[in-house]
Amino acid sequence: MSDKLAKRVGLSSVTVAQAHPRQGPAPLWRRATEEPAWVRVALIGTALTFLALFLMLPLAVVLYSAFERGLGVWYSAITEPDALAAIRLTLLVVAIVVPLNTLFGIAAAWAIAKFEFRGKPILISLIDMPFAISPVVVGLIFVILFGSQGWLGPWLSAYDLRIIFAVPGIVIVIAFGTLPFIARELIPLMQQQGKEEEEASLTLGASGWKTFWHVTLPNIKWGLIYGIILCNARAMGEFGAVAVVSGRIRGETNTMPLHIEVLYNEYMFTAAFAVSSLLTGLALVTIAIKSVVEWQEERRQKLAEA
Amino acid sequence: MSIEIDHVNKHFRDFIAVDNVSLTFREGELTALLGPSGSGKTTLLRIIAGLEQPDTGRIRFHGEDTTELHVSQRGVGFVFQHYALFKHMTVFQNVAYGLTVRPRRTRPGKAEIRDKVMRLLELVQLDWTAHRYPHQLSGGQRQRIALARALAVEPKVLLLDEPFGALDAKVRAELRRWLRRLHDEIHVTSVFVTHDQEEALEVSDRVVVMNKGKVEQDGSPEEVYDNPANPFVYQFLGNVNRFRAGIHAGEARIGDIRLPAPEFHDRRNESGLAYVRPHEIEVYAEAVASDTLPARIELISVVGPTVRLELRTDAADDLVHAELPKHRFHALGLTQGNDAWIRPVQSRVFLPDSQVSNG
Repeated sequence: MSDKLAKRVGLSSVTVAQAHPRQGPAPLWRRATEEPAWVRVALIGTALTFLALFLMLPLAVVLYSAFERGLGVWYSAITEPDALAAIRLTLLVVAIVVPLNTLFGIAAAWAIAKFEFRGKPILISLIDMPFAISPVVVGLIFVILFGSQGWLGPWLSAYDLRIIFAVPGIVIVIAFGTLPFIARELIPLMQQQGKEEEEASLTLGASGWKTFWHVTLPNIKWGLIYGIILCNARAMGEFGAVAVVSGRIRGETNTMPLHIEVLYNEYMFTAAFAVSSLLTGLALVTIAIKSVVEWQEERRQKLAEA
Repeated sequence: MSIEIDHVNKHFRDFIAVDNVSLTFREGELTALLGPSGSGKTTLLRIIAGLEQPDTGRIRFHGEDTTELHVSQRGVGFVFQHYALFKHMTVFQNVAYGLTVRPRRTRPGKAEIRDKVMRLLELVQLDWTAHRYPHQLSGGQRQRIALARALAVEPKVLLLDEPFGALDAKVRAELRRWLRRLHDEIHVTSVFVTHDQEEALEVSDRVVVMNKGKVEQDGSPEEVYDNPANPFVYQFLGNVNRFRAGIHAGEARIGDIRLPAPEFHDRRNESGLAYVRPHEIEVYAEAVASDTLPARIELISVVGPTVRLELRTDAADDLVHAELPKHRFHALGLTQGNDAWIRPVQSRVFLPDSQVSNG
């Protein structure tokens, strides 16, 4: 047995020597898509360094500065009336904007993916527009439209309607700025899925509404949830356009990001970071919800397959 | 339930998909709509289902006009080429779907739905897959589930759009025999679209050959195969060779070979094309009779039990394809590059401008 083994080893070393007569030791075989160790280490190292510098460090700074002077200070900073008003306003805007854009996103994606019509490419580019325009410009556009000196200003004041420097203006600019998120997420998804399943549902006697509810919606569920989360995060954090249209009236038209800036400008660093930590916390919660939902779905799939 | 298609037209921009088609599908029949891609067969099927609206013309089910009726009200079962099963539902939920989405008034009870679904799953021999998801099944199994799902709503007509198109050859052949037996069992008026002539001839009671939005021929599989109405149908239903032929007093002459062409009994000294199937050509190693055509063997290919020859002869513009059984091929001792003699034993003659003559 042992000499057989020795023979085999000897044989194989002869083969290697013959195959590479001039190269010394045989190079290790590796997969076509695998990089050498140092490249892998360098790539992973770079990625981790970037993540640490640009994501983890700021997060740590926010949390550290927020709690630097103890829980009591943190708590009083976020329960101070102006802060509470800002939190309430932000949540109100999110509660209006996210459902609105969800409806719009589904409708636009449905129209683009399932129907053929003239001007479709134009509609697709229009949906992207809010991403391309600077938020400050967006704010100015709406001031020009609805402001007291603006085009619709006289008509609005005649009916005693306030849009600029009031909540409706904030809702409008945030809805505008976050409009592409859900539609952008759904359009490629729905285009790829085609309409055969919907057609199958219709031939089986289901109404249009039931087809949407039982067939379309489950198929786009993940894209939709992801789009809503992105839309939600952006709606809470939107600054530039809101700064222009809100008028920054304390306790009335300040959203959380605006309130943070006000505090910061007044050298109230701890309070600014306390409110920041809350905003960051809300973002972290959204990400956590997304992860849990994804994990649940994965588990369900696995159970079904077992 | 019979289906009547009455002067239906449909175009997409400049493309005419269905060109003034009138057809009747009789009660309980299994009809194949056969044609190349772009012939309008799928569009016609989708118009029957209500998934497309015709530009003009009417659709009637059993005499009742359904042209304006919404697809969900028509009571058709539709089977798609790529199955279109609901990915996020189990097999059971898929089959039950048509029953569970009914309004409460007409919806059967839970137990009743379960019984019905399990009966259908047994019918398609897949009752053991009830709790699986579509992605866990093979293509052939998915298509059987799709069929069970379509049958669950007790459709008045069953429409199948290239139902076996996405399957591999062996599963295809199995499944189409199975579909034939199933149809003999349930007898629902069925129309299926295919571009595979073998499938159409094997499965259906009746074949409708379509080309460029028009119906070229409509008849039993045997009729269509043995008596093609025009060169298109001849070519579409299997390989065919074209020989230059003289037509004279009810005879077609290819070289010295005389073949009967009774439909041209009143024609004198005209020229036309004789269409001959590969298996209607006899091949000889020597000139056994004066009326054989000399040819050269350009290619020999052995396909299982048959041997296909490609021959060059003066009587035809293109290469002539002939088929013979392997044992006969060996007995003749033919070799590639050598001479051979051929004789068409049967043909069908068409005039060069492909005027259709129904003989």
